[in-house]
Amino acid sequence: MAKSIDVSDLDIYYGDFLAVEGVNMTVKSRSVTAFIGPSGCGKSTMLRSLNRMHEVIPGARVEGKVVVDGQSLYDPSIDPVAVRRQIGMVFQRPNPFPTMSIYDNVLAGNRLNAKRMKKTEADAIVEKSLKHANLWEEVKDRLNKPGMGLSGGQQQRLCIARAIAVNPEVLLMDEPCSALDPISTSAIEDLIHELKSDYTIVIVTHNMQQAARVSDDTGFFNLKATGQPGHLVEFNPTRKMFSTPDDPATEAYISGRFG
Amino acid sequence: MSSSTMHISSPRLPRWAPGLVAAMALALAGLPAIFSGWSIVQWVLAATVVFLIAMPLWSRVVEGRRAAVDRLVTTLVWVSFGCAMAPLIWLLWVVVKNGLPAINADFLSYSMLNVVGEEQGGILHALIGTLLITLAATVLSVPIGILTAIYLVEYGKGSRAARVITFLVDVMTGIPSIVAGLFALSLFVLLFGPAYRSGAGGAVALTLLMIPTVVRSSEEMFRLVPDDLREASYALGVPKWRTIVKVVLPTSVAGIVTGVVLAISRVIGETAPLLVVAGATDGINTNLFDGRMTTLPVFIYSQYASSTPVGYQRAWGGALVLIVLVMVLNLIARIIGRIFSPAKGH
Repeated sequence: MAKSIDVSDLDIYYGDFLAVEGVNMTVKSRSVTAFIGPSGCGKSTMLRSLNRMHEVIPGARVEGKVVVDGQSLYDPSIDPVAVRRQIGMVFQRPNPFPTMSIYDNVLAGNRLNAKRMKKTEADAIVEKSLKHANLWEEVKDRLNKPGMGLSGGQQQRLCIARAIAVNPEVLLMDEPCSALDPISTSAIEDLIHELKSDYTIVIVTHNMQQAARVSDDTGFFNLKATGQPGHLVEFNPTRKMFSTPDDPATEAYISGRFG
Repeated sequence: MSSSTMHISSPRLPRWAPGLVAAMALALAGLPAIFSGWSIVQWVLAATVVFLIAMPLWSRVVEGRRAAVDRLVTTLVWVSFGCAMAPLIWLLWVVVKNGLPAINADFLSYSMLNVVGEEQGGILHALIGTLLITLAATVLSVPIGILTAIYLVEYGKGSRAARVITFLVDVMTGIPSIVAGLFALSLFVLLFGPAYRSGAGGAVALTLLMIPTVVRSSEEMFRLVPDDLREASYALGVPKWRTIVKVVLPTSVAGIVTGVVLAISRVIGETAPLLVVAGATDGINTNLFDGRMTTLPVFIYSQYASSTPVGYQRAWGGALVLIVLVMVLNLIARIIGRIFSPAKGH
C-alpha cells in the first residue's frame, strides 16, 4: 500500500488552452505533499490530473507522464476507472450523495460498484472508515440518517471516510478545509497526520500555515503573467521551503509580498 | 441630537386597512349593482376597480409613494391570480354540477353495448380503453424519452448530434395531435391493411406526443443534478454508466416522475388521433392489438355529438371521470415524488 508518484514534463490542457506547463516532481509515498500558489495557477488542475479526473471535463487532456508504481497513468492501456479506484479524491466542497444515508455514503465506493459483501463485513468497513475519519463517535447512533443532515465539517469528514473505505493507495485532497471552521479544520489536519502512516497524501491549500503544519514536501505554483500557463516554481521539503526557499518568488509569496 | 437621528420610521396603515377598503369598495359598487340589477360578476369587477384606485390613493396620502406603489402592485398580483384561478374553479364547478348526476354504479360498471335511447349506459369500455392505451403509450415513451435525455445530458453535451436531437424534439413538441394520429394510422395501414384499427395504433400516436415532453422534463432534471455528485462518484472509481444509474437517476427521480405524469395528463385527454386510429366502439375491448377501442375523450365526443339529453349527461359524466382520473394520477406522482426525493433533516 501507498505508492509514490513521479511526474515528468506534464502539460495540462483545457481544449487548446494550456493551463499548466512542464511540471516535474516526485511525490514520496507515506508522506503529505502540499500544493500552494495563487488562485488560477493550476494547483487543482494538477491534482486532478493525478487520478485522471481532469479528463472528466470535455476537451480536457494531458501531455507528459505521470508514473505510479512503475505504470504510466496516461498509457492507452490504462483504464481510468481502475486508476480512480486506487487514487481517491476529496473535493473542496463536501459532496455526500443526497439519496444515501451516512452508512450508505461510506459504502458508496463498494455499493456503486456492485461489490457483494456480507453485512458483518460491510459494518466493519463502515466502522473502520468512520473511526479513521474521526467521525465515528459523532454519528454511530444515527448511521441510517441522511448524510446531508450533518454539519459542513462532518460532511467533509464523511467524504474522507467514503474515500478511504475503498482502500486507495493515494489520497488527493482539493482544498478540503476551505469551507470549514477552524475546529473542523483542525480535526481534518489531525486526520491527515494519522492517515499519513497508511496513505500517500497530496493536498491543495490556500492556507500557508496549513501547508506548513501538515505537509512534508511543498510545491509552489505560479503564473508568469495573466493568461500565461501556470508552472511549478519550486518543489522542496516544507521545512526548507518555509525557511530558505530557492526561488525569490516563493519567498515573496510565502511572506505575503506577492510578486 | 435630533439631526443625527436616523429616519427609519414612517406612518403605516393599520393591518386591517385592505379589508376595510375591500368592504367599502364592495358596498360602493353594491349601490349601482342593486339599482341597475348587475350580476355578481359585474359587481365584483366594479368593486375591484374601486379597490385598485382607493387603496393606493389612501396609502399615498398616509404612507408615501413607495408604499403606494407596493400596494398597487400587490393588488394587481392578487387580481391576476384571481383571473387565473376563476376559469379553473368555474370549469371544475360546471363539470361537477353537470357530471355528478350521471355517475352511479351502473355508469361505472357497464359499457354502451346494446344500449338504446334513454336506457342506462356506462363508460366501462371507455375507461378500460383509456387506461390501456395510455399505459401502452407510457411504456413506449418513457424509456425512449429518458434514454434520449440521458444521451443529451451525459454523453452528447454540446455535440452536433445533441443539438440536432434537441432541435428535432422541439419540432416534435409542435406536432398537431391529429397529424400524429394520421401518421400512426398510415403506419398501421401500411403494415396490416386498410381496415386495420386498434388501440396499439392509438398508443403509438400518443407516444409521439409524449416523447418530447418526457425528454424535455427529464433533461431539465438531469441538468439539475450537481456535477459535484458525478465527480464524487467518478473519484470512487465508479464507471460512468453506473454513476448515471445509481447516482444521477435516483437524485432526479422525483422530478422525472412529475414530468412523466404531466406528459400523461397531456395525452390522456387527446381525442382526434384516437378517433382516427383507434376508432370507436360500444363494447369492451381489452386487446390492444385487435379491433376498435374507445377512450374517454372519444366517448365524450360521440355522446355529445348524439345531441340527446341523455347523451349530454353521459358526456358530462365521462368528463368528470376523466378529470378525477388526471387528479388521482397527479396525487400518485406527488406521493412517489415525496417518497423518492433526496432525504433531508438531522
